[in-house]
Amino acid sequence: MQKTVSLSVNGKPVSATVEGRTLLVQLLREQLGLTGTHVGCDTSQCGACVVHVDGEAVKACTLLAVQADGHSVLTIEGVATGDTLHPMQEAFRNNHALQCGFCTPGMVMSALDLVKNNPKPTEREIREYLEGNLCRCTGYHNIVLAIAEGAAVMRGEAPPPNVHGVAAE
Amino acid sequence: MATIGTPVRRREDYRFLIGRGTYTDDINRPGQLYAYILRSPHAHARITAIDTSAASAAPGIVAVYTGAEMAADGVGGLPCGWQVHSKDGSPMAEPPHPVLAIDKVRHVGDPVAVVIANTMAQARDAAELVSVDYAEEPAVADPVEALKPGAPQVRDEAPGNVCYDWHLGDLAAVDAAIGKAARVVRLDLTNNRLVPNAMEPRAAIGEFNRATGEYTLYTTSQNPHVIRLLMGAFVLNIPEARLRVVAPDVGGGFGSKIYHYAEEAIVTWAAGKLGRPVKWTAERSESFMSDAHGRDHATHVELALDGEARFLALKVSTIANMGAYLSTFAPCIPTYLYGTLLAGTYTTPAIYVETKAVFTHTVPVDAYRGAGRPEATFLLERIVDLAADQIGMDPAELRRRNFIPATAFPYQTPVALQYDSGDYGTTLELALKAADYHGFEGRRREAMTRGQLRGIGIATYIEACGIAPSAVVGSLGARAGLFESAAVRVHPTGSVSVLTGSHSHGQGHETTFSQLVSDTLGIPMESIEIVHGDTAKIPYGMGTYGSRSLAVGGSAIVKAMDKVIAKGRKIAAHLLEAAEADVEFKDGKFSVAGTDRSKSFGEVALTAYVPHNSPHDELEPGLDETAFYDPKNFTFPSGAHIAEVEIDLETGQVAVVNFTASDDFGRIINPLIVEGQVHGGLAQGIGQALLEGCVYDKASGQLLTGSYNDYAMPRADDLPAFKLSTNVTLCTHNPLGVKGCGEAGAIGAPAAITNALVDALKPLGVHHLDMPATPEKLWRVIQEHRTPIAAE
Repeated sequence: MQKTVSLSVNGKPVSATVEGRTLLVQLLREQLGLTGTHVGCDTSQCGACVVHVDGEAVKACTLLAVQADGHSVLTIEGVATGDTLHPMQEAFRNNHALQCGFCTPGMVMSALDLVKNNPKPTEREIREYLEGNLCRCTGYHNIVLAIAEGAAVMRGEAPPPNVHGVAAE
Repeated sequence: MATIGTPVRRREDYRFLIGRGTYTDDINRPGQLYAYILRSPHAHARITAIDTSAASAAPGIVAVYTGAEMAADGVGGLPCGWQVHSKDGSPMAEPPHPVLAIDKVRHVGDPVAVVIANTMAQARDAAELVSVDYAEEPAVADPVEALKPGAPQVRDEAPGNVCYDWHLGDLAAVDAAIGKAARVVRLDLTNNRLVPNAMEPRAAIGEFNRATGEYTLYTTSQNPHVIRLLMGAFVLNIPEARLRVVAPDVGGGFGSKIYHYAEEAIVTWAAGKLGRPVKWTAERSESFMSDAHGRDHATHVELALDGEARFLALKVSTIANMGAYLSTFAPCIPTYLYGTLLAGTYTTPAIYVETKAVFTHTVPVDAYRGAGRPEATFLLERIVDLAADQIGMDPAELRRRNFIPATAFPYQTPVALQYDSGDYGTTLELALKAADYHGFEGRRREAMTRGQLRGIGIATYIEACGIAPSAVVGSLGARAGLFESAAVRVHPTGSVSVLTGSHSHGQGHETTFSQLVSDTLGIPMESIEIVHGDTAKIPYGMGTYGSRSLAVGGSAIVKAMDKVIAKGRKIAAHLLEAAEADVEFKDGKFSVAGTDRSKSFGEVALTAYVPHNSPHDELEPGLDETAFYDPKNFTFPSGAHIAEVEIDLETGQVAVVNFTASDDFGRIINPLIVEGQVHGGLAQGIGQALLEGCVYDKASGQLLTGSYNDYAMPRADDLPAFKLSTNVTLCTHNPLGVKGCGEAGAIGAPAAITNALVDALKPLGVHHLDMPATPEKLWRVIQEHRTPIAAE
C-alpha cells in the first residue's frame, strides 16, 4: 500500500510517496536525504534517531511516515542558523561532548527537548532524562556538562566556566 | 602559538553537529541494490537443503546466493591473521571460515544466504521465502563445558574443541616458589563475555566498475588497508590495484571493526556478479549475533607471597572462548596481549600462564577495547585484593610494597616484555589523595546509617600499547607487520595535506594530528588537512586499535615531517645562498644561524614547486615526503583507578558514587581528547563490572541477550562524574614520548569497581564477586550471607 504524505521538514514543505510500513526515519534518510538522523538499534532504545515532531522529541524509528503526514518535523539539519551553530551544538563542541558523532544528533535533539521542558536541569535530571539516548564513546560525562552549558546560554545567562580550559570563540 | 598540550576544540565536530557526517550507511550509489543476510536460528545444525526458488521469484529480487554457490565461484574463506602454537610446538587448529555457511551452521547468526533486491524491504520480505532444512545437533556455548568429555564437537579439525593449548613463563620456578611460600592465595574467576556495541551498526557497499575492472568497498572499518589485503588476497582474489577500500566516518569501533567480516566480501563479490552496487547495513539484532564479541574467560589464579607480603610467584590457568570460527586476530588476545601483561605493575619474579583456547557454538570472540589487558588486570588486581584481605593489610600498602620502583626502568618482566618507563607509586598516591582514601571509613559509617553498604576499591594497571614492533609480533605469530605510514604533502602555497594510515572512528585525529603538524611546521591548523580511511589516497597503513594512533601513526607523521624539513633546509640554503649546515628551522622559518636572513615555510614550499632557479642536479622539485614508522617497543601506559560504591542493603542496587583515575599516558597533545578517551573507557569498564554480560542459553546455545532490551548498556544515570588526573613519564623510544590513552579506562575500571563491591560486602563475609554484579546478583549474595542456609 502506497500513500503520498505531505509534511514540513526543517521549515520546508515536502511530499513523498511511502509504503504503509515506511518509518519516519526511513523517509528522512532514504527519500529526503537527511542522513543526520541515525539508526542505531531496532528496539527504540538508542535514541540516535530522535527528531522533533510538532516540537516534541520523538524517536523517528517508532513513528510511521504516514503518521507524520501534515505535521512539522525538525531534524538535526534544521537546528543551526545558516553556518552559526545553535548554543546547544556550540556547547557540545566546547565540552568535547562527541567522539564518533553517531549518537550526537539524537543527543542534541533530546537535549533541546529537555531544556524546553526544564530550562535549568540539575546534573541528576540531565542524566535521568538521557535514559533514552545511548552513547558508547563519551561515558556521558562531557555530554552532561554540555547540556548544562547549552541550557545556561539558552536561558540568556553567561555559560558556566569551561572546566576543560577551552577558550571561548 | 604552540597548541601541543592545550585543549583545542575538535575540528571534526562541526560536521557531526550539523548532521553532515558521512557514515557508510549515509552513502548511496547510483543503481544500488540492497542485500539482506539470512542467518541461522540454530546454534548447531546440519543444512540438509536450501531452496531459494520462491525467494528468487519474489518481487524486486535480483539474486539469491548460498555459500555453496559462492565457493563454486572460487570465493575463499575468511583468513585468520595470527597463528599461535601450543605447548608441544604444534600450530593451532585453524578450521575453515566460509563467508556463507556450507553444510553446517555453528552459531546463532551464522550467515546462510544473501538475498539481493531493488529495495531493502523486498530483500527482507523475500528472505522469509528461502527454505532452509536444518537438522539440529547438540550445541555448547560455554568454553568450560566445551572441554568436558562428551561435549558436542564444534569443529572436526579441533578434537575436544581445543584450538590451542599455549603457555608462557617458567613453570618449575613458579612451582618451586609456591612450594616455599609463606602464603598462597587462590581464586577462580570469570571474565564476562561482552558485546562491543559501537553505536553505528556495521555496513558495507560493494561496487564494480565494468570499464576499469575496479572494485570499491565502502565499509565501517578501523583499518581499510587490512581489509583490502585480507579480502583481495585471500577471499576474492582481486589484486590491490583493482580494489579500493574506503572507511569514511565510522561510528565507533572499540575493536569490533578491525576484522574482515563476511558481509564485506559478499557485497563486493555480488557487485561484480550483478554489475550494480550492493549495500548491506546491519540491524542492531544482527550486530549482536555477528560482530565479534569480547573477553569470555574462565581462570584459576594462584599468588604466592613471602612473610613480608612480597609477591613470589603468579600461576594462571585460563580457558578462553574463541567462538565457532577464528576471527582475524582472535588467537593473540588471550595469549600475547594477556599472558605477557601478568607482571602488571609488580616485581613478581616468577610467572607462569597457560591458556586453552576453545571452540564453542557462539559468535567469534576477538579484541574488544583493551583486549587481553583488561582480563590480565582484572585477575591480578582481584588476587592482590584477596591477598590483602587474607593478610589483613591495606590493599594500597600491599601494592606499594610490590610496585616496580620508578628507579628500576627499563624493567624486564619474566613474561617477555620490557617496560621502558613508569612511576606507579606516584600515580597511586595521586589517586589516593584525589579520592580521599584516608577519609573513607567515615564515609562507610555514614552510608550505613542510610542502609547503604559503601566500599572502596583500587586497581592499578599496566598496558602494552602502541601496537607494535613488527619483528616482535612476527616472532609471536602475527601474519602482518604493525608499522604505520604517513605522507606529508606540502602544497605550493604552503598548506599541507597529511595522509595517515591511522583511522579515526571517534578519536579526533583530525585535531590531534593537526596540532602536531601545526607546532612542528609553524603553520596554522586551518592550513592543514588530515586524510585517512581511503586506500586510494593514503599510503599502506595498518589502522587504529591497541591505542596505537599517536604512538605509531603520530611518530610516522613526525618522521615524514623531519624529511620535509630536511629538504626544506636544502631549498632554503639555495634561496639564502648559505651552507645547508648553517640553515636552521624554527617557528615556521628557515634562517641562517646567527643572521636575520630567513625564508618562511610558505616561500620554501613555493620554491619547491616553482623551481625556476633550483640546481636540478642536486635538488629535485616538490616537497612531498612519505615515512613508515615501526616502533622499537610497545608503549606502557599505566595508572591507578579508585572506585567508591554504595550498595542498597535491601535492593542490591549499586551507585558508583566516586570514580578517580590517575593515569600515565606519556606526553599529552590534547588534554580535552585524552579526557574523553578515559571517560569512554571507564564507562565501558564500569559497564562490564556492573551491567553488561552476553548470555547464551546453556542447553540450546541461543543468544539470550540479543538486543538493547536484554543487554544492559551503560546509560547516563548509571555513571558518575569522573575525577581524572595524569602523572607523566615519557615513553623513551618514540619521538613524541607518547604512550596511548584509548583503552586505559576499560582496563582499570572493572577491577576497581569489583574490588569496591567486595569491600562493601566484606562485613557480610563476601570475598569475591564475578562480573557483572547486577542488582539481582548482589541482592542474592546479600540474602545468602545475611541468612545462612543450612548445608543439608
